[in-house]
Amino acid sequence: MSEQPRDAWTSTPVIWLRSILPWLVGGVLAFALYRYGMWSESNQGSRLAMPIFHFKILSLIGINAIMAVSLNVVNGYTGQFSLGHVGFMAIGGYVSGALTYYGSMILWQSTAIHGELFGGGDFLFLGALLCGGLVAALAGYVVGLPSLRLRGDYLAIVTLGFGEIVRLILTLTRPIKKTAEEVSQAGLLSITHNANGSWALDGWMISVGGALGFDGIPKYTNLFWIYLLCFATIIFCYRLKQSVLGKAFVSIREDEVAAEAMGVPTTRYKVLAFVIAAFFGGVGGGLFAHEVGILISPPEMNFLKSVDYVIMVVLGGMGSISGAVLAAIALTILPELLRDLSWIPFLPKALHDVSDYRLIIYALILICVMIMRPQGLMGIKEIWEVRPALWLRAKLARKEKSP
Amino acid sequence: MSEVALQARGVSISFGGLKAVSGFDLTLEKGSLQGLIGPNGAGKTTLFNLVTGVYTPSEGTIHLGSQRIDGMRPHQITRRGLARTFQNIRLFPDLRVIDNVMVAAQTHMKHGLVPTILRTGGYRREQLAIERRARELLSIFNLQGLAGEQAKNLPYGHQRRLEMARALATDPKVLLLDEPAAGMNPQEKLGLASLIAKLRKEFDLTILLIEHDMGLVMDICEQITVLDYGVVIASGPPKKIQNDPRVIEAYLGTPMTNEE
Repeated sequence: MSEQPRDAWTSTPVIWLRSILPWLVGGVLAFALYRYGMWSESNQGSRLAMPIFHFKILSLIGINAIMAVSLNVVNGYTGQFSLGHVGFMAIGGYVSGALTYYGSMILWQSTAIHGELFGGGDFLFLGALLCGGLVAALAGYVVGLPSLRLRGDYLAIVTLGFGEIVRLILTLTRPIKKTAEEVSQAGLLSITHNANGSWALDGWMISVGGALGFDGIPKYTNLFWIYLLCFATIIFCYRLKQSVLGKAFVSIREDEVAAEAMGVPTTRYKVLAFVIAAFFGGVGGGLFAHEVGILISPPEMNFLKSVDYVIMVVLGGMGSISGAVLAAIALTILPELLRDLSWIPFLPKALHDVSDYRLIIYALILICVMIMRPQGLMGIKEIWEVRPALWLRAKLARKEKSP
Repeated sequence: MSEVALQARGVSISFGGLKAVSGFDLTLEKGSLQGLIGPNGAGKTTLFNLVTGVYTPSEGTIHLGSQRIDGMRPHQITRRGLARTFQNIRLFPDLRVIDNVMVAAQTHMKHGLVPTILRTGGYRREQLAIERRARELLSIFNLQGLAGEQAKNLPYGHQRRLEMARALATDPKVLLLDEPAAGMNPQEKLGLASLIAKLRKEFDLTILLIEHDMGLVMDICEQITVLDYGVVIASGPPKKIQNDPRVIEAYLGTPMTNEE
């Protein structure tokens, strides 16, 4: 590796540009989407406007895509079967939710949104998201450790157990402090020893609503933040997949013994994969907690939601980022489409209302797809690597050569 | 002048009550080519697994050069310059041919997660260098035209060659080959013999190989160690091994004697 190739593509300014450009493009796209949403809301009569309901689904798609793409790092790349992704989501959601809720109480004495986009409140929000992600990543490290010893079904059970533990601990937390005085009285965390010998735990750190859920979190999440972070997750995971490091991750899934024999530190990389997935899972949870009209609550963070994300990864194709995104889009829209079938042309009116059976139809569609494509929609490939895309690219290249 | 590349002293391991390998001694001089033979179930592959760290020996020591390697994890041993191939091919089937080699070449990679995500200049240059080296290795094994294929789509003979290319990508000093000629026809075996000789010279390798094809082993190995029931029963140059009564006994059994 003594000689180092230097050409136009590896000169320093170009490298910087290529390093930063995707993030910028993602940011601009997210911002455009956000402005379009704002405009649509105030011009509902216009033909170019989308119904508000659609934006709701659009935000859900973004969050689900973050969750599916990040879970893909563990389940797809390294082939470790994790069933506890919602555990990370809940940790991220509650940590960041508590930080913005009590943070706004302490800073501004109310939980109303503070400032416009990029106003003071958004910095609190971003900081809280980051903290949520980091705490989730720490939890990911702890859960990743048993993966040193366990594989397959056993790991699935451990991760499932982790998700349930998180959920059950959250149901044991205290009711929310509703006013600024209550918050300042309670303090961060206090342990008191009662006269009858029992111990009591209080403070806003553990006052996150218990089984009723955490209500009143400031609704900072909007399309801009969702899609900015969604693009960031995708770019992160894509670059990881393209790199030798990501290929080493996949080699663990392919053959752990051979990977180890080829010098891949399998245990370290497995834990690293868990930490990465948990971080983005936590960020996704944070976005979910601050989403308008959503109350984050323990019963909702049950393991069926984890199964939903696993389905997205498996359906999209283990290891394929575009597959995970496509599956997240399809599986978020599908249940909505099945509420009412009047959009299908020539369908008899009697069949329009299938909302009672929609979960059955949803399951049937999943079964059919898995029978027809057991490797998932994409396999390990990306959407631009499958045959039709390659054919199209070859055709375009030929056209360029012969003007 | 004889420098020791790999040395095993009194290596033993047992699984339950079965002593799979006991009191195994081996000295590989730098640049030598040794064969390890023995009937099925003699413990040859177990021995490879002991040396490469898949199993930890219950007794004895193993040194790679001057470093003691028994008890280390396989990837740590690989980093110190010991690579292997597998008896039943163990490629990364879904990865492309070139990726198979690149994964092995990342053994000595310096850049971690953060440069990878930021795609810094150093990371890019390293990635390009790794890719170039992988392509060089593929062309040595005549696989350069198949770089973009998924490894599982290669024919058997190509897969064997890819496994050797992948092992070499870790930049080894000592290479362990587990039945490299298995499933090959006589012509391919001849090609293999000359390939091994070429690699040994070009990469300055010390090679230990397990092989059942006696013609090949006798042809290319300078020293042969014979294992039976986990115990070394003979070792020496091919000529000596061929005429050793204990070896013949291990392979063919004792002749029936009719005393009457």
